[in-house]
Amino acid sequence: MILGLVEHAGGEPTEESLEALTLAREVAADTDASLDAVVFGVEGAAATDRLGDHGVETVHHVADRRLDTYAPEARGEAVAQLVDAVDPAAVVAPGTTRGNEVLAHVGAVRDLPMAANCTDVDAGEEYELARQRWGGSLVEHARLDAPTALLTAAAHEFSPEPAAERVEPSVREFEPSLDDAAFRVGVDRVEESDVEGVPLGEARVVVGGGRGVGSAEDYDELEDLADLLGGTVGASRAAVNEGWRPHDDQIGQTGTKISPDLYVACGISGAVQHMVGCKGADSVLAINTDPEAAIMQKGDYAVVGDLHEVVPELNEALRSEA
Amino acid sequence: MDTLACIKRVPDTGAKITLTEDEQDIDTSNLGFTISPHEECAIEAAVQQVEDHGGTATVLSLGPDDAAEQLRTGLAMTADEATLLETDGEEWTPRATANAIADAARGDDGGPAYDLLLFGNESADAANHQVGVRVARALDVPFLAGVTGLDVEDGTAIARREVGGGTEVYELDLPAAVAVKEGINEPRYASMRAKMQARKQEIRRQTPERDGGRGTFEKVRLEAPETDDADAEVLGEGPEAVPDVVELLRDDLEVV
Ligand SMILES: Cc1cc2nc3c(=O)[nH]c(=O)nc-3n(C[C@H](O)[C@H](O)[C@H](O)COP(=O)(O)OP(=O)(O)OC[C@H]3O[C@@H](n4cnc5c(N)ncnc54)[C@H](O)[C@@H]3O)c2cc1C
Repeated sequence: MILGLVEHAGGEPTEESLEALTLAREVAADTDASLDAVVFGVEGAAATDRLGDHGVETVHHVADRRLDTYAPEARGEAVAQLVDAVDPAAVVAPGTTRGNEVLAHVGAVRDLPMAANCTDVDAGEEYELARQRWGGSLVEHARLDAPTALLTAAAHEFSPEPAAERVEPSVREFEPSLDDAAFRVGVDRVEESDVEGVPLGEARVVVGGGRGVGSAEDYDELEDLADLLGGTVGASRAAVNEGWRPHDDQIGQTGTKISPDLYVACGISGAVQHMVGCKGADSVLAINTDPEAAIMQKGDYAVVGDLHEVVPELNEALRSEA
Repeated sequence: MDTLACIKRVPDTGAKITLTEDEQDIDTSNLGFTISPHEECAIEAAVQQVEDHGGTATVLSLGPDDAAEQLRTGLAMTADEATLLETDGEEWTPRATANAIADAARGDDGGPAYDLLLFGNESADAANHQVGVRVARALDVPFLAGVTGLDVEDGTAIARREVGGGTEVYELDLPAAVAVKEGINEPRYASMRAKMQARKQEIRRQTPERDGGRGTFEKVRLEAPETDDADAEVLGEGPEAVPDVVELLRDDLEVV
């Protein structure tokens, strides 16, 4: 049996969890195994129906009320106990901060190796896998051989396909025995962001600005463009280092990974560390003075020109469209 | 308050990455080395805590003899002490790395010899996302990954991390360990004088044992994925391209 770790928001599985389940189902198919899932929290059981679409046969529901708020160590301990109880050949979690963290706890407490951010897994007696290094600009081919393989699925590398055949999952309540010490780390409170608009990681359109923008003030033009397209502004590391934008805006290896329908990259050269952050974009439109810039190969569409001339003109045109 | 920042020596690959012929490593014959970006922030966070609360900051690296260079950068960033866990240069698994670090960070009573242990969220090169957790569990201290804000008050580390639309706040009783991300601070620039001084400082050296554990996880080879080198479709030059851009946005991409 292969066990998928599912995160949800109010009972709705997250995109990354469904991506991870897609990988988990492939691993299950490789080894003729069944697919189970583990969900946390009182609302977790609500995810069951959706999980059936993805081929999950049994949902292990951890209903410990103390786990309603996120607590990495306690979740890791609970998953480790579930692993002891149901002995899966592999556990597959989403390659998010939480997924990587929880599974790493399992690895630590059960002394098992873990492969983070896998992009391809060939499961058999041993696991041959590919995983991201350098934020995705290098691939490592590796071999994993363990009583239980711990894998996380690189975000946005798998499209969350439903299974060919829907199954009617059964729900099993799982009661881990967790002492209070396991809850020594947990979300104490959440501070709402005062930034308006859609978070970068979820935006359908992102307008990115790099060193070519030239100053913090010059982002006004990009803000206008983002507004007109119903999107959000992002930045390259060079722009963040200049102090023009906060780090929250950074797109790339050490920033946010985005997956919009459209990414408009203004004054950005297209360094690998930047591009790994926008690999998930359906289309990339570059506005750059340099026809030789890397983004001119890596993008889909390009305008060769000064963004300070192109963007205001484009904003005008979009305003008169509206 | 004693802090420990754990850092890794990595190739400085701002440029295009090429691999060695046997595909085992990045070809570093034309590259410099650096500290992973998140870990540079770990050093900065460690020295800031010491500036605020007193005590000492130690930088530690597991790696080859040459990693002393990165430790000197840490000293130049005003860390007080440096420890090198010297290896033969081969890459260690996260588990072996974590066990060696935990051993080096253990005090006489078996608990951690530091109040706060700092890691990068993931190293720039291997990105295994687990050395920090493994060290924390070995030393039995609370741990949080993905930290982009950190304050210490009355024996508690208040750690923040970003989630879509907000910030989660966690309170960890010291001793504790955190893995930090770029954005938590701006690592200071070491002055020339500080660099000169760091050259004279002692680096403690230890030679750890590499142990195995359950299961194996081995690199077979690296691959630089083919990038799609098809040129982008050039819509035009300068503002003249705008009508075509609007058409693309409206008709093809349907974003307006
Ligand atoms: C370990 C590591 C991690 C990194 N992580 C990230 C990351 O997460 N995100 C990230 O972005 N980078 C990251 N980088 C940095 C990355 O390598 C590049 O340095 C960075 O992306 C460059 O930013 P840029 O494109 O804005 O600047 P530059 O490379 O300087 O490019 C500026 C571009 O603007 C164009 N331009 C200039 N003026 C104009 C104008 N008026 N109109 C139109 N175009 C103009 C120029 O032709 C040029 O192409 C990382 C690097 C390392 C080593």
